[in-house]
Amino acid sequence: MSDATDNPPRRSWRERLFAGLTKTRQQIGGSVRTLFARGQVDDELLEDLEALLLSADVGVEATVILIEDLRQRARKQNLQTPESIQAAMVDCLADLLKPLEAPLQIAPPPGSPFVIMVAGINGAGKTTTLGKLAHHFQAAGHSVLLAAGDTFRAAAREQLQAWGERNNVTVIAQEGGDPSAVIFDAVHAAKARGIDIVLADTAGRLPTQMHLMDEIAKIRRVITKAETTAPHEVLLVLDGTIGQNAIGQVKAFDKAIGVTGLVITKLDGSAKGGVLAAIAKQCPKPVRYVGVGEQVEDLQPFSARAFAEALLG
Amino acid sequence: MLENLTQRLGRVMKTMRGEARMTEANIGDALREVRMALLEADVSLPVVKDFVAQVKEKALGEGVVGSLTPGQAFVGVVHEQLKQLMGEAQVPLALNQQPPAIILMAGLQGAGKTTTVGKLARWLKQNQKKKVMVVSCDVYRPAAIDQLKHVAEQVGASFFPSSPDQKPLDIAAAAVDWARKHHEEVLIVDTAGRLAIDQAMMDEIKALHAQLDPIETLFVVDAMLGQDAVNTAKAFNETLPLTGVVLTKLDGDARGGAALSVRAVTGKPIKFVGVAEKLDGLEPFYPDRMASRILGMGDILSLVEAASQQVDMDQAAAMAQKIKSGKGFDLNDFRAQVAQMRQMGGMTALMDKLPAKFAEAAANMPAGSDDKMSRRIQGIIDSMTPDERTKPELIKASRKRRIATGAGVQVQEVNRLLNQFEQTQKMMKQFGSMFKGKGGMMKMMRGAKSMFGGKLPF
Ligand SMILES: Nc1nc2c(ncn2[C@@H]2O[C@H](COP(=O)(O)OP(=O)(O)OP(=O)(O)O)[C@@H](O)[C@H]2O)c(=O)[nH]1
Ligand SMILES: [Mg+2]
Repeated sequence: MSDATDNPPRRSWRERLFAGLTKTRQQIGGSVRTLFARGQVDDELLEDLEALLLSADVGVEATVILIEDLRQRARKQNLQTPESIQAAMVDCLADLLKPLEAPLQIAPPPGSPFVIMVAGINGAGKTTTLGKLAHHFQAAGHSVLLAAGDTFRAAAREQLQAWGERNNVTVIAQEGGDPSAVIFDAVHAAKARGIDIVLADTAGRLPTQMHLMDEIAKIRRVITKAETTAPHEVLLVLDGTIGQNAIGQVKAFDKAIGVTGLVITKLDGSAKGGVLAAIAKQCPKPVRYVGVGEQVEDLQPFSARAFAEALLG
Repeated sequence: MLENLTQRLGRVMKTMRGEARMTEANIGDALREVRMALLEADVSLPVVKDFVAQVKEKALGEGVVGSLTPGQAFVGVVHEQLKQLMGEAQVPLALNQQPPAIILMAGLQGAGKTTTVGKLARWLKQNQKKKVMVVSCDVYRPAAIDQLKHVAEQVGASFFPSSPDQKPLDIAAAAVDWARKHHEEVLIVDTAGRLAIDQAMMDEIKALHAQLDPIETLFVVDAMLGQDAVNTAKAFNETLPLTGVVLTKLDGDARGGAALSVRAVTGKPIKFVGVAEKLDGLEPFYPDRMASRILGMGDILSLVEAASQQVDMDQAAAMAQKIKSGKGFDLNDFRAQVAQMRQMGGMTALMDKLPAKFAEAAANMPAGSDDKMSRRIQGIIDSMTPDERTKPELIKASRKRRIATGAGVQVQEVNRLLNQFEQTQKMMKQFGSMFKGKGGMMKMMRGAKSMFGGKLPF
């Protein structure tokens, strides 16, 4: 994170992903390009590729599948140049990720705001993502309301309020109190004021905390009480630096609240978020956005191909 | 749920049966399983590679002792190697310094630094009776300073105010000055989360460190961290002379491979672990327990089998069966257990082989802790009638006197033994209900949680 004021001009997220990845690669030793430079798909190349994918959190299962896929493509298409092999590998990964590419469509039913609730483990980036989303939707011409549904963590409300101020967006909050009640109020307030989108924050929780998983299931039910068609989007925020545990998070939160979309954060660092490939294999959910920084504009829609290219140079 | 190392090795152990020693050929599959299991537990690839190479070298150099199969011996080598990598003992904080002793916290965004500052302040107050002040140098994340203020209030630590328009270095200097003048014994400095590749931010914390000259510089990492753990740990370790690591969110179901990666890369001891969101959820770290967690902790029997050639396997199996059924644990079993512990070198040796949380419970049971005592226990039980042994509730005052005389001890000792027995029986019942049905680790974790009031002791 850098002070916004003395930042160099902002780069695109691909550039930033690349920057992070290149750095890692130098540390691993040798760039991906030299890896492909061999110009033939032999054991050594496959082994290096395997290492690259595993080091990107792709996980054992998805790595094996991707490597096998490349081997077959190389045989069928008789790939012999570094460029063609690299392109084929990108294709393999992009094809695997393609089903996750489904941008969020904001389509509120008549007379109701479009209600988005977020969920995720502690520190995943939920509140920051909501701040960025508020900006994103406003820029697209929607009116937005924030609901401070994290009534547990110290200063969680103040944190969301700060994002509200930054974006000039109303934040519905209560002193202490019950998260369900806060969000219930917010949905009603949005209805009354004719607001397009409600963004509801929730406290971080680990899937092993049964009572908290029950609590968030209740929050979801109460939202439906406030508006029968809501929530219209249940966003699970995943920390991109997390490893294979992300798979368990998707499964557990999906079971509790029916996850409809994912946001993966912190991909501006050296972590590559390859766990999305494992998720595509084991528990696919649309990836709505990618978080690439801490500033309000550091949110990007997910593109399977761009992601694959960034991961594989 | 990811398959754990124990399960994976269990399969390979079968194929290794019947061979007299560990050879390049017969441990090949096993090494592959170790590699997979560690990767699935999020241990970083370079660390996995080194680890597997070390296990291979050790295994080939080592003979297979006694009644062990090569498979069992192999698991023993893996466990040993894990323990070695994790470090031998618990390493405490070093705070013996002209006050204020300064602790600097560093880590990625969302790792849990601020919460850990609160927990640490509480821990130091409660366990070392220290006067603690906290300060936040996080001028970036909205309401980060507010968060620390609330946390400080909750744990009763002094809070040194700061604001987002100040410079972190200025805040730090003022806080140290204040702490010195007001005789605060410990000053904990919270910092903003930062990416290891963010040069400006890494420079900032380097400067903070230079100015503060802290006695402890703690790297806070999320136990769920993935492959990037090596890169991140390396960068932080190269930027700052870290003195220790705090591993957070261990109450999740992550296998915690990051612990291994961070330890391997930095060589620094993990000093504390976060085991609950509440501010009392911080505990000293015990390396051997983490080794067991990464190894997989589902199957007590296989661990016992693998790691101790002295245990009578049949007896262990019968005991596990009893534990599973959750009933019928009587004084005969208690006697057998005490005797068996003697064979194995006492409670401490057994505890190493039990999953961490049971070991913790077992630690509270004084029975069999030394040879003389366990012989006395056996003597007392031997003075009972068979009826009394199977139905201990029969033993009232007059029977107690008879038993005491028979064993040549005081009545109090009979009472003490019965107490210990009851405690053990209770624990066995709890084990039993945890093992009933399928469900494995998750279920056991949950059971253990309620058993120990939500705290996971490792
Ligand atoms: N570098 C980077 N940091 C991020 C990103 N998203 C969030 N963060 C940071 O991660 C930390 C945690 O973010 P929060 O938004 O507070 O996370 P949360 O999920 O709301 O956390 P809790 O409410 O405490 O569970 C903060 O320091 C954020 O600035 C991202 O995409 N990149
Ligand atoms: Mg939050």
